[in-house]
Amino acid sequence: MTEYKLRTHNVRKTYGSVVALKAASIEMQEGEFLTLLGPSGSGKTTLLMAIAGLNNPDSGDIWIDGKLANFLPPFKRDLGMVFQNYALFPHMNIFDNIAFPLRMRKMPMALIRKEVARVLEIVELDHVAKRFPRELSGGQQQRIALARCFVYKPSIILMDEPLGALDKKLRETLQREIKQLHENLGITVLYVTHDQEEAMVMSDRICVMNDGSIDQIGTPNELYFQPSTMFSADFLGESNLFDAQVLEVGKDSVLMRGPAGMNVLGELKEPVKIGEQVKFMIRPETVDTDNDATRDNAVEGILKEVIVFGQITKYFIELSDGTEMVSTQLTCRGSSTIEIGQRIILNWAKTSTVILTNDAGS
Amino acid sequence: MSSKSEQLPSVTYTSIVRPRNWSRFLSISPAILFLGFFFIYPVVLLLGLSFVDSSGTLTLEHYTRLYEKAVYAKVLLITLKIAGWTTIFSILAGYPIAYLLSTVKSSTRNSLVIWVLMPFWTSFLVRTFAWIVLLGRHGALNELLLALGIVDAPVRLIFNFTGVMIGMVHALMPLCILTMMSVMENIDRNLVSAASTLGARGGQAFWRVYFPLSAPGVAAGGMLVFITALGFFITPALLGGARDTMIVQVIIFQIHEVLNWGFAGAIAMLLLASVLVIFFFYDQLLGLSTLSGESTHEHKKGVIGRIGRRLGGGVINILGYLCEQGGILIDKLTPQRTDRARRQGSRTTLWITAMTVIAFLCIPALFVIPVSFTEDGFLGWPPKGFSLQWYEQVLNSPAWAAAASRSFVVAISSALLGMSIGVPAAFFLARRQFFGKAALFAFLVSPIIMPNIIIAVALFYLYAKLGLVGTNIGLILGHTILAIPYVVITVMAILKNYDHRLDQAAWTLGANKWQTLTRITLPLLSAGLIAAFMFAFVISFDELTIALFVTGGEVTTLPKQMWDDALMRVSPALAAVATLLLAFMSCIIFSTEYVRRRGLRK
Ligand SMILES: Nc1ncnc2c1ncn2[C@@H]1O[C@H](COP(=O)(O)OP(=O)(O)OP(=O)(O)O)[C@@H](O)[C@H]1O
Ligand SMILES: [Mg+2]
Repeated sequence: MTEYKLRTHNVRKTYGSVVALKAASIEMQEGEFLTLLGPSGSGKTTLLMAIAGLNNPDSGDIWIDGKLANFLPPFKRDLGMVFQNYALFPHMNIFDNIAFPLRMRKMPMALIRKEVARVLEIVELDHVAKRFPRELSGGQQQRIALARCFVYKPSIILMDEPLGALDKKLRETLQREIKQLHENLGITVLYVTHDQEEAMVMSDRICVMNDGSIDQIGTPNELYFQPSTMFSADFLGESNLFDAQVLEVGKDSVLMRGPAGMNVLGELKEPVKIGEQVKFMIRPETVDTDNDATRDNAVEGILKEVIVFGQITKYFIELSDGTEMVSTQLTCRGSSTIEIGQRIILNWAKTSTVILTNDAGS
Repeated sequence: MSSKSEQLPSVTYTSIVRPRNWSRFLSISPAILFLGFFFIYPVVLLLGLSFVDSSGTLTLEHYTRLYEKAVYAKVLLITLKIAGWTTIFSILAGYPIAYLLSTVKSSTRNSLVIWVLMPFWTSFLVRTFAWIVLLGRHGALNELLLALGIVDAPVRLIFNFTGVMIGMVHALMPLCILTMMSVMENIDRNLVSAASTLGARGGQAFWRVYFPLSAPGVAAGGMLVFITALGFFITPALLGGARDTMIVQVIIFQIHEVLNWGFAGAIAMLLLASVLVIFFFYDQLLGLSTLSGESTHEHKKGVIGRIGRRLGGGVINILGYLCEQGGILIDKLTPQRTDRARRQGSRTTLWITAMTVIAFLCIPALFVIPVSFTEDGFLGWPPKGFSLQWYEQVLNSPAWAAAASRSFVVAISSALLGMSIGVPAAFFLARRQFFGKAALFAFLVSPIIMPNIIIAVALFYLYAKLGLVGTNIGLILGHTILAIPYVVITVMAILKNYDHRLDQAAWTLGANKWQTLTRITLPLLSAGLIAAFMFAFVISFDELTIALFVTGGEVTTLPKQMWDDALMRVSPALAAVATLLLAFMSCIIFSTEYVRRRGLRK
């Protein structure tokens, strides 16, 4: 059995009558970057706090480095936590803030000076050591929070929406910096965000959370193109999501009857029965508008609207029964050969059809 | 970002209404004139008396006497000692409660705060008499101690330093708790969590992070208690022995018994000087702005500030270290099991401590209620039987009825007057930027800082010349002096959270300045204004010091009537009055709270 760096098993936490976390189980390899992604109130912070030892779970187990850590006090867990609002100590200057964990570890003063200077250099803020947190900008405070966490070299770092309060530009810069620090230092990072793009960009794996439980864990790619639950399919990115009935089950493919009487071919991943009611999902960017009727799946409709979103263009097509389908294409010059009101044939490969059985994720 | 959006409207605001010069100070001038004439002027007169002798020539004889007679230095020392210990005990006992209150759910907090405030609602005098009965040689406490076999003979708990401490800490601790709580509520709980993930044990995290952040609250609370304690005279007079005489008692003696105004003025000067010296040191250490419960983390540059910070830092290091070692020791003795939660011993201890202190705060009030129904002829414990005779006696007595109605009229009038002077002043201070704003604010709230006895004696002196002694008007004007600072502080606090853009929106929609004020601003602020009014009302309703002097023994208010009654004979009728007052005050406070909540929901 491989030893996980961090493992939780069926962790449950309630606040009075509110079940904040139902039964969360995650495993993390050493050096992995795992992101918890989910809507507000889905229990991300609660799980992070349980791992940090800041709230005692009602039941379930937490292992760190293969050792049971359910009730280990936070200061013995060898992990670092970056809080959403940074939690810099307002009564200490930047130097003292960063030196705090080292002082708690009884390091000699000379070494503390050296280490603080080292991390301040890493986050490129060596000139602010004498200032107080409120004298820094949001982005600078965020970097100091990171530095305070890196300085004592914890082997696991937990980050709770560390970039939530920053503007888009700064967020992107810091995303890259965090990613770089993660790679250079080889730390295990458990990250929380509700920005999907951020999760996609940064993570080795993403854990989608919904209503206190874990919906699906997988690489960004898997989650995006092969979601296994309705919630993940709907929550991540955009999707065309339809009801369908299974008509035929082949060796490696399934034929379904979808809206507007269309026949839809998909790959067989999970066993389904003939006649079963299922849903299927197609990402808009895998749907082509080039009138190619010979693909695995093809359906006719009327183009209702075209919206150019900079790099991409969205086509809204109405099928014969009024159902709407979306196709996303890269914007290119002269792509307006098709006009609104025109009939077009949408088409996509059977590998792009994701079948979602009703019991999963409901 | 946020600072921009906050500043922008106020900048536009001042540029939109640029009043002509003469009318600029129209809203603030009543406050300045009123306090100038009824507060500053008489106080200056009184202090001025200390520099002239009986024939009216300039002299320093009062001060040389003050300096030469060792007894006055001794009284000052005793006063400082009593105030100092009261402060220390109030902080030590109050801190755990404030901490608990700031960490529990808000519903739990609201119900606990009611109990903490209990001493405020029980009349000052009744509380003191309750202590006399409870702590006396054959009092309830001694009986209990004897019955439990803890002591063999009754302990002396009263008419000495212990008695004074119990009475004063009981009276002043709620002030300390509320001040500390207002700072603690704003401490981000994540900071302690962050400290513990960064490697600090519970004790270290507390001493190095939480405590320094709560220190401004401790200092402000301690400061308020200390200053208020300096002006006490009822508690030491009734609960203390001869050796616990405080400085205000000496002032009263000089005026009532010896009629030596000049010397009384000199002692008042001494008292005032001590207050100012204390304020100076406080300002050097922490800055006066922390008194309003704001925690500034700005570091004072002065020498005193630096020394204080060094000392504070050293103490915190030592305490943090000790707690850490204690934690390690406990770990060694009972190794931490990672599969089982450690019993939350510290939290339980906190609750027990807090509950004990709350019990201490509530006992006199709870004692008063049963005693008011006694059949006995004196205030004793336990009460015998059940009767309503004392209520009948009080309700049928013309003296009590007159006192109650006068108190009511005076309280309503002075609250109204205080509002009409204080509200415009608060608007002025909150909305305008001008040179000397801090000084003006300090001036308007200075009646809180001035020991009440000085105001009372000074007013007595002024009224004697104006013929206002013994009149309702005189009483109303006196209470208005005390009401103004509370109105200004309360209204400024609500204005701080008021969104000026609403006014601007009204203007752009075509409302003029007056319409905006009456249709938008005041309705939105109504909950806060009502709270300010109630505050002013309660202050006047429970006020004794000024009433004692300016009524001239002819007319009485409720507290004064109780005082006179108590000096003659301590009867259960007093307990009945106190119970009625308690019920009345509870109604006021609950309705204020109700209005405030409804205001929040809006
Ligand atoms: N201290 C608490 N007391 C009571 N309920 C709580 C407490 N902390 C969290 N909850 C509840 O538990 C649930 C999960 O909260 P949690 O903070 O873990 O959500 P989250 O996923 O971090 O949300 P967000 O993205 O908004 O931060 C929520 O319904 C929340 O209201
Ligand atoms: Mg959260």
